[in-house]
Amino acid sequence: MTETTLKTIFGRLGWESFPIHEPILFGTFIVVALLGVAIVGAVTWFRLWGYLWKEWFTSVDHKKIGIMYIILGIIMLLRGFADALMMRAQQAIAFGANEGYLPAHHYDQIFTAHGTIMIFFVAIPLVVGLINFVMPLQIGARDVAFPFLNNLSFWLTAAGAVLTMTSLFIGEFARTGWLSYAPLAELSYSPDTGVDYYLWSLQIAGVGTTLSAINMVATIIKMRAPGMTMMKLPVFCWTALCSNVLAIAIFPALTAAFFLLMLDRYVGTNFFTNELGGAPMMYWNMVWIWGHPEVYVLVLPAFGIYSEITSTFTGKRLFGYTSMVYATVVITILSYLVWLHHFFTMGAGPAVNSFFGIATMVISIPTGAKIFNWLFTMYRGDIRFELPMQWVVAFMLTFVVGGMTGVLLAIPPADFVLHNSLFLVAHFHNVIIGGVVFGLFAGIVYWFPKAFGFKLDPFWGKVAFWGWVVGYWVAWTPIYVVGLMGTARRIRHFDDPSFQPYFVIAAIGALIILVGILGFVMSIVMGFVKREELRDTTGDPWDGRTLEWSTSSPPPAYNFAFLPVVHDLDAWYDMKARGYERPEGDFRPIHMPKNTGTGVILAGLSLALGFGMVWYMWWLAALSFIGLLAVAIGHTFNLKRDTFIPAAEVAATERARQPLIVGA
Amino acid sequence: MSTHSLHAAPGPQGSARGHGSRRGYRIGAVLSIILTVVPFWLVMSGALPDPAVTAAIIFALALVQIVVHVVSFLHLDTQSEGGWTLLAFLFTAVIVVLTIGGSVWVMYHLNANMMPMPDSATSTMR
Repeated sequence: MTETTLKTIFGRLGWESFPIHEPILFGTFIVVALLGVAIVGAVTWFRLWGYLWKEWFTSVDHKKIGIMYIILGIIMLLRGFADALMMRAQQAIAFGANEGYLPAHHYDQIFTAHGTIMIFFVAIPLVVGLINFVMPLQIGARDVAFPFLNNLSFWLTAAGAVLTMTSLFIGEFARTGWLSYAPLAELSYSPDTGVDYYLWSLQIAGVGTTLSAINMVATIIKMRAPGMTMMKLPVFCWTALCSNVLAIAIFPALTAAFFLLMLDRYVGTNFFTNELGGAPMMYWNMVWIWGHPEVYVLVLPAFGIYSEITSTFTGKRLFGYTSMVYATVVITILSYLVWLHHFFTMGAGPAVNSFFGIATMVISIPTGAKIFNWLFTMYRGDIRFELPMQWVVAFMLTFVVGGMTGVLLAIPPADFVLHNSLFLVAHFHNVIIGGVVFGLFAGIVYWFPKAFGFKLDPFWGKVAFWGWVVGYWVAWTPIYVVGLMGTARRIRHFDDPSFQPYFVIAAIGALIILVGILGFVMSIVMGFVKREELRDTTGDPWDGRTLEWSTSSPPPAYNFAFLPVVHDLDAWYDMKARGYERPEGDFRPIHMPKNTGTGVILAGLSLALGFGMVWYMWWLAALSFIGLLAVAIGHTFNLKRDTFIPAAEVAATERARQPLIVGA
Repeated sequence: MSTHSLHAAPGPQGSARGHGSRRGYRIGAVLSIILTVVPFWLVMSGALPDPAVTAAIIFALALVQIVVHVVSFLHLDTQSEGGWTLLAFLFTAVIVVLTIGGSVWVMYHLNANMMPMPDSATSTMR
């Protein structure tokens, strides 16, 4: 075949795109390939493809989609954390004459992939997954407002993750930092596939996240159980609402910024280049209009989780529910007014910098109010220090420090010194690990028995807890210190050997966190092994207060045989206090949405579109784009979207679950 | 979504409001025409000596026209969907104003503070 034919078919993909010459990548590829073959083989051997396709992949059940989101998040956490370990190892040894084991080309991809994956494919899927699973149960609904859209959102997120992972073995990932700043991300400085992988992965996943956010907002506003006014909405749902409203507002800014950068890279426009009046800082501006609120998109639901857990494990109504709601709303608005603090050193004048600096400091007021609310809820409460509550306490101790370094960085003159330093990196890991990650673990431990009908293994849960908390402090305290002394971020090699002890300690801390991660995985494995003794037979293992605990664990497909009627905040606590009895007969057929494979197909086509565009395989991109439109339009003619679960089946399910339910 | 039983109608917000009356559309159409003709007339006749004043008036009338469209054609009022429509509209307006206004402010500041580039178009903007 001629050169041109090959080029037409494969674009810029060639043998040199496969990293056969890089031993680290090649080794990883072999391990991943063997694991993949093993998993596919096992699934085929046990004839699970049909089950997975029918019960999970095509499911529109919000509970299953939530669980799939969380599985995706945990898998990507392992990848992102492997990147973290590699960076820590490199920085611990690369001093003076020692160049470390990672070439700069590879190291730059690793820190970019770490940040991108941890935010877009770990934090977002875990947060969205928990909201997906918990929120409809908490508001007494049977599914979300748009069940098919929910399935599509998940698969688009997964497609983005797959495209990012593909870059590990075919071509390379971006070397531009996790937000791919212009002009470095422009074609003239990054001509290879890295930034294209980055842009297409995040555009595809971003569509999923936006659709999911629209879905969740519609669900909370339209589908609450009768009697549940907005001020009787559980705090977690309030935070989910604010978080998703924020996501709807900000993701278009990111999508637009990426789209303009794509035009620059593919069509040759000059929006963010240095030439012809292009404005690279406009890219920073647009990206951070998304980026700062995004932090609150992630942390607000975590705040909601802490609120639910604190209230449950102190046996008290949450202190200051109303102030908690208002604090959440105020944070939602304020978070939109602070984006410039990410580039104080850009060269704006004192008026701009002071405005954004003060706005940033003001956010600590509603956040501080929340901390006091949790403390006052605990005050004179009957506290049970079970695992979720331990996470809450660890969060408060850790997060407050991160909040204070944040206020410190909000002062523009201080930021001029600390900008781009490891102090900043330590600060945002402090708030994201201490705030978001601890919250997600607390939430997963708390709601796991609801999802699967048995608790996680408490011993390994404690290993996970201590590994993460101790590991966090050991890993990041030295980074704070060297950052304060002026070490810049994203450095592969250091000349000054006096810093080495700090980085060695940080690497040890990362290993302790590894113990925490393995402990978490073990707590799932051992929980499954010991599931009979950890079984939740009541549906209400923690003496909960909100509606998700009023149904069985795991809940039936329809969640509630009869929609609950809400009279008070903490609806389930109120029902228990008034001696609620479950109706045992008179079941009616339940109207439910039907499964569909369209989400998987659309996401698969998006993946092909992204891959085609990354490698300049125009035929593939064009075909999959036409396919996308055809399938999407075709799906609108699918009118067999719903089904009724017959009353007899509901009755049978309820009878089978009767011993599993409180009040039976 | 047509699957009604999935939706636990949360009381007051349930019923969707109608699509406005003939009268509403007529008022909207007339107002829109007036609000469009006046700017045209201002420009064509040159009634005001200062173009800056003309531009300001055109912008003001455009803003009024947005309100007219939203109220009489998109039926935005305080009642529909229990006030959620209005709230969502106001929130969107705030976000759009913050995004565009903030960006313009920030980029203007940057432009004013940066050294002129010798060979680029930005140098002429000072």
